Order: sequence, then structure tokens, then C-alpha cells
Amino acid sequence: MKKHILILLLAIFPAISFAASSAHLDTAPIDIHDKDSIKRGAKTFADYCYSCHSAGFMRFNRIAKDMDMSDDEIREMMIFTRDKKGEVTKVGDLMNVAMSTDYAKGAFGGPVPDLSLTARSRGANWLYTYLRTFYADEGRPSGMNNTTFPDVGMPHVLWEQQGIKKPVYVTEEHAGVSVKRIESFDTVQAGSMTEEEYDAFVADLVNFMVYVAEPVQVERRELGVYVLIYLAIFFVFAYLLKKEYWKDVH
Amino acid sequence: MGKLIGWIDDRFPLSKMWNEHLAEYYAPKNFNFWYFFGSLALLVLVIQIVSGIFLTMHYKPDGASAFASVEYIMRDVPYGWLIRYIHSTGATAFFIVVYLHMFRGLMYGSYKQPRELIWLFGMFIYLALMAEAFMGYLLPWGQMSYWGAQVIISLFSAIPVIGDDLTLWIRGDFVISDATLNRFFALHVIALPFVIVFLVIAHILALHEVGSNNPDGVEIKKNKDPVTHIPLDGIPFHPYYSVKDIVGVVAFLFFFSVVLFYFPEGGGYFLEHANFIASDPLKTPEHIAPVWYFTPFYAILRAVPDKLMGVGAMGAAIVLLFFLPWIDRCKVKSIRYRSGIYKANLVTFVVSFVVLGWLAMQPVNATITLMSQVFSFLYFAFFVVLYVTSKNEQTKPVPDRVTS
Repeated sequence: MKKHILILLLAIFPAISFAASSAHLDTAPIDIHDKDSIKRGAKTFADYCYSCHSAGFMRFNRIAKDMDMSDDEIREMMIFTRDKKGEVTKVGDLMNVAMSTDYAKGAFGGPVPDLSLTARSRGANWLYTYLRTFYADEGRPSGMNNTTFPDVGMPHVLWEQQGIKKPVYVTEEHAGVSVKRIESFDTVQAGSMTEEEYDAFVADLVNFMVYVAEPVQVERRELGVYVLIYLAIFFVFAYLLKKEYWKDVH
Repeated sequence: MGKLIGWIDDRFPLSKMWNEHLAEYYAPKNFNFWYFFGSLALLVLVIQIVSGIFLTMHYKPDGASAFASVEYIMRDVPYGWLIRYIHSTGATAFFIVVYLHMFRGLMYGSYKQPRELIWLFGMFIYLALMAEAFMGYLLPWGQMSYWGAQVIISLFSAIPVIGDDLTLWIRGDFVISDATLNRFFALHVIALPFVIVFLVIAHILALHEVGSNNPDGVEIKKNKDPVTHIPLDGIPFHPYYSVKDIVGVVAFLFFFSVVLFYFPEGGGYFLEHANFIASDPLKTPEHIAPVWYFTPFYAILRAVPDKLMGVGAMGAAIVLLFFLPWIDRCKVKSIRYRSGIYKANLVTFVVSFVVLGWLAMQPVNATITLMSQVFSFLYFAFFVVLYVTSKNEQTKPVPDRVTS
């Protein structure tokens, strides 16, 4: 056992600091102050993500409070489940899901990640790009693959909105080796939304996820202004006090 | 009030201590910008202790709930996010302040006779601070906490014969686990803060015994008023430097708050992105980089192909600093009156340190490795060049009194 771990660690060693994949990411057009956008994103999250993905560090009524919604409104929008006692999930509960890890392993080949902090670990741009780069791939169990996250276990949940795209490959020579690269996509089946509509739809969802990753961020920036103004004024008086005392020295 | 103080003074040396360390502690009057960082380091220590106390009220040192408890602090504890960001920003601030404080010591020869012990206590503080920061970084129990600790602890396995047993003993398990988290928590919140506070007291007592150095490197105690025996270039620490340090404190807090309220993640350098994923012993992050304040030493480790030699070089990079008072054999303290060789050497050293820090954050390739080797060489060359050239250094005449 000990030997194995050592071998593992030694194997990791040269790999440390290996480059993260430098795939191109689109800039997510989000505005964290836009509560309507966050609310639309929350609705999308509840309808399409929240059956499998939890946001287990977030409470429903925190969203309600931050988005100026009543408990009834948030219940109406996001809560479709019952808790372990069989009662309607409470607004003060954490956003957990009922799906078990074992079920997820059977269905998707692995546990479904919690999305509370994904916007902080992956970044908004990654999410925005990822949700827009699914393509048809017969070789995958779900029939879909993703250029941002190759061989991802997640199916293209939003295919009805985006439609289905098929990659157009080009073959390039790199140092004598021919490499197949995706150049563009052809639409196989049109979605219910235009490309612009779908981008905006995803942007709202990403905006919500960015909010969920750090619900206090707007308040944090607002509080910062007062603190900095206070310190700037304090600085003037501290400096004048110092100058007064140091008259004797100079 | 006077009666009360008299009553206390009969039983406890209150006025005596006040006078010895503040009101009648005579500091050179020519302190410049670089002399803010000592008091700021003390301030950050207090900030860390106080914010840390509040974090321990809500944090759970348990492998199953540690990560969630941090998010609980960030979301559900009133102003928990503020306390947590104060503590995480404080860790970075601590190292910035301490590095600048140490650089001041290098520039003005503050480690030299008679202040060798101040320097040694300071180096031990720095060492304890590194241990404190390392153990604290495990506590959020994210991926980078976990794998960073895995890598650092595995370094001890490079030690011949006892290496394996030593790493097992440190971890308390074959891998980083709940046992490791619990002991690191104990060391982080009790053992090391005690050590640091004790060393800080020793650092300050030693300083107040011999008196502060200054940008001219002149001993102010050599020129005392014949009647009062007060150094002619000295001024009482209180009120002069206490009011001056308030200015430094406010300026520092301004920059601290800018980071705290607007860049708490420090672009992924203060709070690493991968640390927002709960620790997973089965999934290694593709890019494990230590937090920025360890990176120069990490670059030295990576520069050496052999693991044991690398660990040795990294250790030597820190240990050599302890011996600076004896490596530097020049009698002149301040850079103001030292040779061009010393100035160039110090600049090279600082540049190497910064570049090494940057290199450690880059993905490894041949160029990065070569650069790491070159700058590691320059880092060590500082000590060699210093030892060789300082004995008979061409210095400028040092004035009898401070210059400004």
C-alpha cells in the first residue's frame, strides 16, 4: 500500500504544474447586478439542471432574499420536491437532490457534481462556452460530446433549445502527423431558439451560477466602498496628527 | 487614575514596561518607509489571531464536513464571508509584509552585530509562519489543500532511511486524511500561534535590548546627551512612532481592503480556483501549484532533477538565510555606504527570488526548468559572493550621526 502511494506521488511529481488545457473560451456576457437575468437563470437551473445537479451549499430562501422574492414565489419557481418526511421541501432547505451517487454512476458513469461553486472553480467563461459547445457524436453513450469538456458524461440537456450540431472536420499536418480538428459545426436539427436567443438563455443560467457561487459578492463590493472612503478620510487625519507631533523633530 | 496606576505599579511593573518599550524607548529619528513593516507584521498577526478565533467558532475540522463548513461560513454565518476573507487575505498580507520587513533588514544590515539574535528570532518566526500557513491551507479541505499538502508532505519521504516512516507519522495515515486534517487544525490554531507569539515577544525584547538600527546603519547609542543619557538621534517611540505607525496602518488597511472587498481570490493566487472543489483523494488536479508565498522555494525544488537533492537545495535556500549575520562579514551596515558589488548582489538576489516565484507557477517545460536552474544558481550565488566580497569590501565612510 505504502509503496503504491509513493509510486503514485512520484508519478505525480513531474506532472505537477502541467498546463491546463488552453482551449479558447468565449467571454460570458453576464451582469451580476441584473436580478431579472439571475431569476431567469434560476428558473432554467430549476427546470433543467436541478434534477441531477445539486447546489448543496445554497438555500432557496437565500435566493428569494437576494432577488427580492417572497417565499411563495421561490417555492413556485424552484421547489418541485418533497423532503425525507414526505413534506414539501422547505424554503430554508439546502438545494440538495434526491439522486443517489450509485444511480448517477449507473446513468452517467460517475457522480454528478454539485454546482454551488462551479462558477468559482471553472469560471463563468468556461461554463458559458461549455454549455454552447455540445455536438453529435455517435461514439458517446448519450450521442453527444463537447469540445470544451471532451468525453463529458453529461448529456446535452438543452438540445431542445439549441438543436443538434454535427462537427465538420479538417485534417491538418503537424510535424508529419495528420490530425483531425473540428473546424465548424453544421446544424443537423434546429432548436426552438435562434443562436442569439440560446446564447442569452445560457448567459442567464451562467449569471445565476456565478451568483450562487458567491451570493454575497454584490454586497461585498458595496460594503467595500464605504470601508475605503472611511479609511481614506482616516488617513488624512492620521497624517495631520503625525505631522503635528513631528514638528518637534524636524 | 494616578492612584490606580500607583496601586498597580506597586504590584506589577506597568509603568516600567510602558516606559521601557514605548514612552522611553528611543528609536532613531530617521526611520523611512521600510520601517513601517515591523509594526504592520504585528498588526497582521493580531488580525489573523482575532479573525481565526471567529472562524474556529464555525469551522469543523472533520474530513466529512470541513469543506461544507467553510461554505457555511461564507453563506449562512452573518458576516462570516468577511471574517473568512479577512483571514485568507491576511495570510497573503502577512507574507508580503514579512518579505518587505526582511528585505529592509538586508538593505540596512539590521542582522549584523549586535542584532544577530533579533535576526535569528525573526527567521524562526518566518519558519513558523510558513508551517502555520501550510497547515492552515489544508483546512478548507479543497482539492488544492489536499494535493498541495500531499506533495509537500511527500517531500519528507526523500529523506533516506526514515523518510517513509516520517511522512506516515506526519500524516497519521497512509494518505492525507481526516487524521491529518485534525492534527493540522490543532497545530494551526494552538501550537504554532503560541510559538509565533512567543518568538515575536523574544524578537521585540531583543530589539529593545540593543535598540533599533536605521537607514544609515549608525549606532545612535554611541552619541548620547551627556546629562540625560538619551541618544542625540533618538526620539521616544511613543508618541512619535506610534502616531507615525497609525498612518502606516491606515494606508496598509486601505490596500488590504481593496483586496478583501474586490479581489479576494487574488486572481487565483490567494484562493486557488481548484480549491473551490471539495478534496477528492482519487482525482489529482492537473496543475498543482503552491500558494504564491512558497513558490520561490518550490521553483528551487523543481530546478533540481534529483528529488533528495531538490529537497536539500530547497532547505538550504532557507537555512542559509539564518547564517546571514556571519556570511556577511562587512562592518558597514547600511547599503547607503556599501560597495557597488553589494548593491548589485542584493538586486540580483531580489530579482532571483521574484523570478523564481513566477517560474514555479508556470507549467514545466525545458525553458522553464533551465530558467529555474539559472535563477536558483543566482539565488545561492548571493550568499557565496557576499561571503567572499564582504571581508574586504570597498565601503564609503559612515557618518557619526544619522543623516536626516
